[in-house]
Amino acid sequence: MIERYENVIIDIVCSVMVPLIQLFALYVVVHGHYGPGGGFQGGVLFAVSIILLRLCLGKEASHKKFPPKLAAALAASGMLVYMLTGLAPMAAGGAFLDYGHLPIPGVSGAELRFLGITIVEWSIAFSVCGTMVLLFDVLAEGMR
Amino acid sequence: MIWQIDFWLLVVLIIAALLALEVRDLLAAVAVLSAYSFLAALLFAQLGAIDVSFVEATLGAGVSGVLFVLALFCTRRRYEK
Repeated sequence: MIERYENVIIDIVCSVMVPLIQLFALYVVVHGHYGPGGGFQGGVLFAVSIILLRLCLGKEASHKKFPPKLAAALAASGMLVYMLTGLAPMAAGGAFLDYGHLPIPGVSGAELRFLGITIVEWSIAFSVCGTMVLLFDVLAEGMR
Repeated sequence: MIWQIDFWLLVVLIIAALLALEVRDLLAAVAVLSAYSFLAALLFAQLGAIDVSFVEATLGAGVSGVLFVLALFCTRRRYEK
């Protein structure tokens, strides 16, 4: 069971670090097309910020901010969106994850492929973030 | 690519790996393993594999250390029947 440990240094360092880590995670996910990074690393970074919250705030307060059910829902829905994005081009006559055949009206060509990659990156980020937080929660439940 | 940095990173990496195997306290072994992961991330970045180094730094040095410590707290300090 994780409990809150009263310490000014830990509180201040966590309250400064958590928003910075979350902002950097969003940057890594969005910047994944152009440089190193992408959905997996961004999702792991976001999950690390949530785990830091869990460690410094304790169980009750951090479960109010990010409930464990939300982690499971994020993991499952990210996987669902990924599968749908993969299967939708197959229904429209392309191959699996063939972004050029995504049935979205109004966009085509490079823009459509850009949109497909963005959707897939975000769904991977959500899925990985939920899975990591879920792993931590399950392990912390087993603690005495 | 500077071979001196590569060489000394590799030397410290191997020392950290041997230390993680040899040390008796499991908590210390987890800490040394995290240091090993971070050194490996530095080595990957030095070799030009930024993406791999990113994954190694976040997963190897960050999440896996926390998960190992949590798994350690699920166990007892000494062997009991």
